[in-house]
Amino acid sequence: MAERYEILLSGFGGQGLILAGIVLAEAIGIYEGKYVAQTQSYGPEARGGRSRAGIVVSDQPIDYPKTNSIDLLLAMSQDACDTYFTNLKPSGLLFVDSTFVKDVPVDDAISIPFTEIARKEIGSIMVANIVALGAISRCSNIVTVESLKKALVTKIPRETEDINLRALEAGIAAAGKFAHRYLINSLQNASKRKISI
Amino acid sequence: MTEKEKVIPIKTNAAKEVLIHGNEAVVEGAIAAGCRFFAGYPITPATEIAEGMSIRLPKIGGTFIQMEDEMASLGSVVGASLAGVKAMTATSGPGFSLMQEILGYACMIEVPCVVVDVMRGGPSTGLPTSPSQGDVMLARWGSHGTHPIIVLAVSTVEDCFDVTVTAFNFSEKFRTPVIVLSDEIVAHTREKVALPSADGVTIVNRIRPTVPAEWFQPYENTPGGVPPMAIYGDGYRYHTTGLIHDSRGFPTDKKEEIKTFYERIHKKISQRFHEIQIVKNFFTEDADIIIIAYGSVARSSLLAAKTARQNGLKVGLLQLVTLFPFPRKAVETVLRQSRAVIVPEMNLGQISREVKRVNAKHSAVITLNRVDSDLITPKEILAKIQEVV
Repeated sequence: MAERYEILLSGFGGQGLILAGIVLAEAIGIYEGKYVAQTQSYGPEARGGRSRAGIVVSDQPIDYPKTNSIDLLLAMSQDACDTYFTNLKPSGLLFVDSTFVKDVPVDDAISIPFTEIARKEIGSIMVANIVALGAISRCSNIVTVESLKKALVTKIPRETEDINLRALEAGIAAAGKFAHRYLINSLQNASKRKISI
Repeated sequence: MTEKEKVIPIKTNAAKEVLIHGNEAVVEGAIAAGCRFFAGYPITPATEIAEGMSIRLPKIGGTFIQMEDEMASLGSVVGASLAGVKAMTATSGPGFSLMQEILGYACMIEVPCVVVDVMRGGPSTGLPTSPSQGDVMLARWGSHGTHPIIVLAVSTVEDCFDVTVTAFNFSEKFRTPVIVLSDEIVAHTREKVALPSADGVTIVNRIRPTVPAEWFQPYENTPGGVPPMAIYGDGYRYHTTGLIHDSRGFPTDKKEEIKTFYERIHKKISQRFHEIQIVKNFFTEDADIIIIAYGSVARSSLLAAKTARQNGLKVGLLQLVTLFPFPRKAVETVLRQSRAVIVPEMNLGQISREVKRVNAKHSAVITLNRVDSDLITPKEILAKIQEVV
């Protein structure tokens, strides 16, 4: 992997992006053995404004913990997509929740209605964040489903384990048709190993 | 080419990898160091320390109290320490301002204790959820009067554990309050850290008297300057006062005793500078431009230094863990060898003043300041480096 791989999960307060960030960081850090630094922004944003969780992944100890030049962006609102897309690397992966993001800035975004899937298939929009994590594990080589599952069950209330695991599976299934993307993406990145800030 | 010096050899036995944030790591460090008393008042961005302590301490026979305010918090911490229990409180700028009165008292009666200040934008209510490094001079000089104090700064989650243990060890060794300066970014960044098992941490405990009670002098002018500390209830009766006192602990107005008192409480720290001054050097050996940084800004600085190296520039980083007593020797070394020193800080210049103070015209000291609630980015530091080049 590159010396520095940056993930940003963004949307609005209440979508569970910080929890998703913690689960993803735990999966990558504890179960895949990488160095991780997970940061978040809060404040007024916790009350419905913008919300985001950043994760920096590396094989080496991490210096600067914040995201800046993003490799993988999840946008779960139009506002988040518009705001953070400019920080996505040209070679980066963009995941959008098409329930809310109608205006997608690039043709090759992985556009999946996470919230709609959570509502229809699982019966709760609260797990849209976990549906998105499922799609991320399927379409990127940053985390395996096994690690995500292990991390997920340690971070949620036991009684919600079933719907969360179902949400994860639903996200994996929905991302199936995009799965070839990550191969192309990782091939493109293979030649780019320089740190950029 | 990384020459990362592990200068705090307190962990020998890593047992468990966990993903925790800086405030949680402070809790783990405090408990590993033997802290069994916490009194505090909630405040963003330090609250998770109190929260963690309230969960952990009762399970291990410790005591957690949420006090009515920050003055009472530090007051009860001082009381707990006098009673022989390692004690800590944690707060942010507004609370730390309130604690200054009791902090002076703790310096005066030489009580070991640890105060964590998770810095946020100030003054006053300021920017409660945003990072800052505005309390550096407050930590050193906040309390009135001529007093010594130790101030340490954390930069990573791992530091939060290590430095908190070190803070307790220094406080016990030197009978002094120790301030740990964190900031909102370190406090709320989650990282993977390996927590050592209980027997994998080096712990220092205060020296207690062994002489017969009638010979005991609570503030004896010992060669090291740190008199053995009797615990209330040990059978050594002694007097504790905020007035300048003689070796028995009673108020004095004798010039000679006043002088002896001030000299002793300062020498106990100044004599041992070399033990207290903790710094980390990154690529400084051959560097001609050196960044001096601490706290979360040290992390931006490290990426800036690495990037500059990739561009063929000889840039290094001196990270200060000990802020006070000011690590003069390490700073003088980099000032002597470099043509420019860059001091980035999330304030309008506090440690940079100290750097300028010890700079005997060896190097150009360039400041880089930011107070708009964002962390200084590697890009900004790199731009400053380019300017110097």
